[in-house]
Amino acid sequence: MTSPTGSRRVTVTSSRTRAQRRGTYGSGGREIDEQTVVGEVLVTSLVRAQLRLAIYAAVLVGILIGGLPLVFVLFPGLSGRQLLGIPVPWVMLGVAVYPGICLGAWAYVRAAERNEDDFAELVDRS
Amino acid sequence: MTTSADLAAVALVTVATIGVGAYGVRVSRTTSDFYVAARSVTPFWNASAIGGEYLSAASFLGIAGLILAYGADMLWYPVGYTVGYLFLLFLVAAPLRRSGAYTLPDFAESRLDSRVVRKTASVLVVVIGWLYLMPQMQGAGLTLHTATGAPSWVGGALVGVVVLVIVAAGGMRSITFVQAFQYWLKVTALMVPAIFMVMAWHAHGAPSPGQTAVPVLAQDITVRVTSDLTVDVLYPTLVGVRGTVDGRRDDGPLVLAVGSHTLTTGTDLFLRKGSAVPQAVGQSTQHNMDWVRPLASTTSHDHPLYAIYSLVLATFLGTMGLPHVLVRFYTNPDGRAARRTTLLVLILLSGFYLLPTIYGALARVYAPDLLVTGQTDSAVLLLPGRLVGGIPGELLSALVTAGAFAAFLSTSSGLTVSIAGVIAQDVLPAMRGVRAFRIATVLAVGAPLVLSLFATRLPVADAVGLAFAVAASSFCPMLLLGIWWRGLTAAGATAGLVTGGGLAVAAVVVTVATNARTGWVGSLLAEPAAWSVPLAFTVMIAVSRATAASRPPGVNRVFARMHLPERVLVRPPERAPERA
Repeated sequence: MTSPTGSRRVTVTSSRTRAQRRGTYGSGGREIDEQTVVGEVLVTSLVRAQLRLAIYAAVLVGILIGGLPLVFVLFPGLSGRQLLGIPVPWVMLGVAVYPGICLGAWAYVRAAERNEDDFAELVDRS
Repeated sequence: MTTSADLAAVALVTVATIGVGAYGVRVSRTTSDFYVAARSVTPFWNASAIGGEYLSAASFLGIAGLILAYGADMLWYPVGYTVGYLFLLFLVAAPLRRSGAYTLPDFAESRLDSRVVRKTASVLVVVIGWLYLMPQMQGAGLTLHTATGAPSWVGGALVGVVVLVIVAAGGMRSITFVQAFQYWLKVTALMVPAIFMVMAWHAHGAPSPGQTAVPVLAQDITVRVTSDLTVDVLYPTLVGVRGTVDGRRDDGPLVLAVGSHTLTTGTDLFLRKGSAVPQAVGQSTQHNMDWVRPLASTTSHDHPLYAIYSLVLATFLGTMGLPHVLVRFYTNPDGRAARRTTLLVLILLSGFYLLPTIYGALARVYAPDLLVTGQTDSAVLLLPGRLVGGIPGELLSALVTAGAFAAFLSTSSGLTVSIAGVIAQDVLPAMRGVRAFRIATVLAVGAPLVLSLFATRLPVADAVGLAFAVAASSFCPMLLLGIWWRGLTAAGATAGLVTGGGLAVAAVVVTVATNARTGWVGSLLAEPAAWSVPLAFTVMIAVSRATAASRPPGVNRVFARMHLPERVLVRPPERAPERA
């Protein structure tokens, strides 16, 4: 290897992420940016709220959709039943889950944005 | 055959793809344009592009083929692919966008401040990407073979060359337009024929797959045996033979007795309308009663409940770790837009995934002859011609073929951009800029193309499922712990990536090489996610605890950046595209 030039060394070490969050920092975010105790508490509170929401949503979906195989094992009679001429498990897995997924996604986005709005208000006031 | 219409369709998609791509070339001039479309893509187009990229050969061809063969349990594939995006939305979408990472290795390095973890992640990106690209090339080969009889390597090579041209010439900007265009092409290509097919099915008196005990032919058909195989015959069946059955040459009518029979390569089997279909051993659920019921089939896996939960885990958690998914999030202006785009993506995916089920169920009635050889991936391509006759049937066939090609092209180009990006940054550090990216592109496409020529023929949806399993066992724990737990260390992440990813890859290699799926060992190896995902999490947490002293010092700053809404930290919000 020849000794790398200075400009080459930049490509090796940069991960093209640094330039992406540029901007001037407002007074509301200064506590957070300067890593003060108040700032850290604020960040932790938001992370906790968002994590709680994410876990709640994932567990709910995990039970409602991930529980279906167990439902089919526990209630084998379901396959014999039909809805509009289609066996019930096919209706559930082939059709019904999809509107449920979209609805869940929509509700999550609303809740997550509300968490952020509450947080932004808190920061502006402090 | 409908060769000319199909060929015209493939040509049209290819030319249109290059055309739309070329339109993008004129606007992409700098390195920044090249990689991230200058982040000026609207949510609707971005969501369409994500949908276009995500719906691969597995979704377009594979799911319907698996449903034809195995029935109810295979409905978990589309459900899993969709819920995977839902979990991505819940757990990583906004923080990942806010992290500013462009690739998974970028995320690993910026979160954990370590070059080692970056290199490990880079290797895994390339492995998962190749694992995912290979079935796309196989699918392309199959499609072109079904349409024109061309040797299977031709389709893969065609896709490889087109992707190479688009990606190397235009980068991501053109890719975004190409992908968005191809989402809508794919939906149209499945939806329009499906409408005509359901109408034709009604006109036939709506025959249900469950009304005969085993799949029965809806028309006279000739099956050509392309590799030696063993079939199970469930009822004595009168067939016409030209070739070798059970080691004896035959040319004329023959009654196949109940039991196993071997068919030699090159044999033609003439099957009469109304006769039960001889089925390749172990490649399908033989009785329609088991086909309709969930968890009733034991032919696909010895332990169906384990297999389903493993698949559920792999798809639910694997999506977020796919290398081509993260890049797309980068084109959102901020975290909020990333969430809203994901919501839009889920709606688009949900609409699409209603369709393969219709094809799979209709194929059980109208294309059960594919069960003779077990090569059911071509069901989607054959069905429109079987149900709708004459010129309209040919046109619908051509439309499906076009959609299939769109699927290979879009997924392959998206994956290629991602793999090439990683190769250019981490494998070819001596070169810079656009030239490195172009050379990386050749590597990214070439390797899986060569692999697809030699690899055993797995069903495409199965092969893609393995890529999900590897992603779920490596990047999923790294992302979840990295985003939500300050305690993750570089050593912990590396150990988890190596253990989880390494073992999942090993399981994949053993499964592909031996094709053994029986017994508990076979099941555990064929569907590794159920044990490899928890293992990866455990290793990451345990090693991170043990190396807690080496937590990266900037973790609080990274956390603030990932989780805080942009308007709190950055004012005014950046709008103008970056110029490198």
